[in-house]
Amino acid sequence: MKILVVDDEQDVKVLFQQRFRKEIKKGELDFVFAFSGEEAIKTLETIAHEAVLILSDINMPGMSGLQLLEIIKKDYVAPPPVVMMVTAYGDEENFNTAKALGADDFLTKPVDFKLLKEKLIQKK
Amino acid sequence: MNQNLQHILDLINESSKLSEDDKTIVHNALKKADKDLVISEFKLERTNKVKRTTAILLEETIEELEQKQAAIKQTNIALNKSLEDLKSTQAQLVQAEKMASLGELTAGIAHEIQNPLNFVNNFSEVSKELLEEMLEELQNGDTEEVNAIANDVIQNLEKIVHHGQRADGIIKGMLQHSRTNSGEKEATDINVLVDEYLRLAYHGLRSKDKTFNASLDTNYDDSVGKLNIVPQDIGRVILNLITNAFYASNEKKKELEKEPSGLNRFQPTVSITTKKENNHIEIKVSDNGNGIPKDIIAKIFQPFFTTKPTGQGTGLGLSLSYDIITAHKGELNANSTEGQGTEIIISLPIKDQDKWK
Repeated sequence: MKILVVDDEQDVKVLFQQRFRKEIKKGELDFVFAFSGEEAIKTLETIAHEAVLILSDINMPGMSGLQLLEIIKKDYVAPPPVVMMVTAYGDEENFNTAKALGADDFLTKPVDFKLLKEKLIQKK
Repeated sequence: MNQNLQHILDLINESSKLSEDDKTIVHNALKKADKDLVISEFKLERTNKVKRTTAILLEETIEELEQKQAAIKQTNIALNKSLEDLKSTQAQLVQAEKMASLGELTAGIAHEIQNPLNFVNNFSEVSKELLEEMLEELQNGDTEEVNAIANDVIQNLEKIVHHGQRADGIIKGMLQHSRTNSGEKEATDINVLVDEYLRLAYHGLRSKDKTFNASLDTNYDDSVGKLNIVPQDIGRVILNLITNAFYASNEKKKELEKEPSGLNRFQPTVSITTKKENNHIEIKVSDNGNGIPKDIIAKIFQPFFTTKPTGQGTGLGLSLSYDIITAHKGELNANSTEGQGTEIIISLPIKDQDKWK
């Protein structure tokens, strides 16, 4: 299963590659990266036949993470990918909106990588 | 009768040289003279009385005037004190407005700092893990892996420095913004400054109001380059104009949402354009809000004028902006069409700049 990480910060890619260095090396986890909601949609089209878990930031310029979530949950009928939302604002409103839009999980920045690792391995 | 006249009358009565007829004529003339004399004396007495009264009145008037002069002196002292109080209150208000706009920035700044800070923490932690792994690989004698890890750690330390500096820059900008006394003029990249404050304003509003959303349309002219300005002052003007523009377009959106037609397709949009003209640089901030009515547009740069609900605006934003732009020998102009939107144009001279280079 591929994990698509969506964040407008470029360094998120390097960080994930190092945080999950061992898992990537052993082939336990497979990451792809997109730096905007628009790019994420394009990436999803190229890997449409694969099972995907999406990990998306909410506050991004252009298409926000919540808009991306809405599109994914609407367009991918059977079965929609698992979507985990990450945001800098750990507030009720974003949490509720994300849940209402069908988010499968919710993480707040700074991300607890130990917890994320457990969740990713579990959902694999 | 007057004594002297009586004396003349007696002499004439005793005289034998005058006829009885002549005596009667002189007698009558003397009587007439006496009467006139009485009248004259009476008139003189009356004039004297008036004179005395006038003197008293004059004295009273002088006294009154002196009292009034003293009162005016007191009033003047009080007025000067009021003026000083006003000046100090004005200075306090200006500082309050600076702090208020800083408040608007705080959430934006918090968001802007959160990301680099997370990177600093994450890259530090992951580097520690990598070094622990490197120790293991050293014992295993896997030089290739040790090299790979060492390169990763070097890269991470560079990232830590980069993100640390990023956070540092944001904090420095914030401190500059809240400084009481005006800063120094320095060569400043106008496009970078505009973009920095645009992001701060956007994140600031977004974090205060989660439903807030607006399209940003930026159009930067690369030939604008650097201008000698007080960056935190011009930054404050830009922040104020952008915040106003967001507010205006968002208000229109809220209004339209109340209408029964419901599904309106109105998208609040704020555009920022920089442009180099012959002898000046233009920074234009426009919105697609409700616009400013004609009878109000002349007042918008006046201190304390605001259309926001009580407690939400100080009415000093545009007035301070006007003062800042004027201090830079520039101009601040507003064009607005009711129902269509508003554009505010900052115009800064290039001419004066050569001196500073």
